[in-house]
Amino acid sequence: MARLIRMDSTGHTTIAEWTVGDETATEAAVRAFREQLDLGHFAVVSEGEGKARQVRELPLDEELVILRRPIAGG
Amino acid sequence: MSAAPVLPETAGVHWRPRIDGRRLTTIGRGWTATTAAHTVPFLGAGGLLIGLEPLSFPVATVLAVHAWAIPELYAKRGANVLRSRPRAEAGPERVALGLLGDLVGHDARELHARTGLVPERGALGVWLVGEAGAVLVRPGGRRVHCYCVRVEDLSLPSGDRIAHLLLALREDEAGFATVANMAFSGARWRVRRRLLPAMRPALDAAGALAQRSTTGA
Repeated sequence: MARLIRMDSTGHTTIAEWTVGDETATEAAVRAFREQLDLGHFAVVSEGEGKARQVRELPLDEELVILRRPIAGG
Repeated sequence: MSAAPVLPETAGVHWRPRIDGRRLTTIGRGWTATTAAHTVPFLGAGGLLIGLEPLSFPVATVLAVHAWAIPELYAKRGANVLRSRPRAEAGPERVALGLLGDLVGHDARELHARTGLVPERGALGVWLVGEAGAVLVRPGGRRVHCYCVRVEDLSLPSGDRIAHLLLALREDEAGFATVANMAFSGARWRVRRRLLPAMRPALDAAGALAQRSTTGA
């Protein structure tokens, strides 16, 4: 089962879970994904050491999509 | 051909030129020149005083201390980017460490457990990622660039703070270096002396990795 998680004060929270082919779950996941982006999160798919890809649409075929907050120079 | 991914946060620092290997080399030379400009006049004046009047050695000593202290303060500023922040509660820290562990390989996980820092190889060199900053060890392993960069959420556990920086770094390394504020650039050994002893093995490991690579993008 694929997951959309958000890093937060609890460590991380699972925002949505879906299985390809389960339309209800995927629609809910896409909706939750857009809400999180509207709240200012960025969505990232880790592609192993040294690589990650920012996504603006929920990639339904990925196992794990991570939501992160913006970074800034300190 | 698709365009290279660009870190969205770079829009917030649009006036900064995008960092690349050549620019880092230029910045490094600038830091070296600045250090020399802070040091040589004090040493020169001290030497001149001793030459003119040996009894002025107390003043010459003060000048020498200044020449020593100013670069040390800069190096301390560089080392501080890797300083640990207050920990969250044990539960969230454990969850965050689990996610961070999933993002990195075995060696990086082991180094993080010992030092609190995560190494990451990039095109510009080898990075050491901490909770509120990162150190880039340039190819060859002699020079480091220290960056203050963080996620603007103080409630996050330490593992998540590192994971935020790590993911941003992986998305767009040059963009990451552009967004981050450089706190120091100079010799690795100078920063190493100012690091907490527990963190030094991480810088040593990054230095060893960087010595094996000779080019930076």
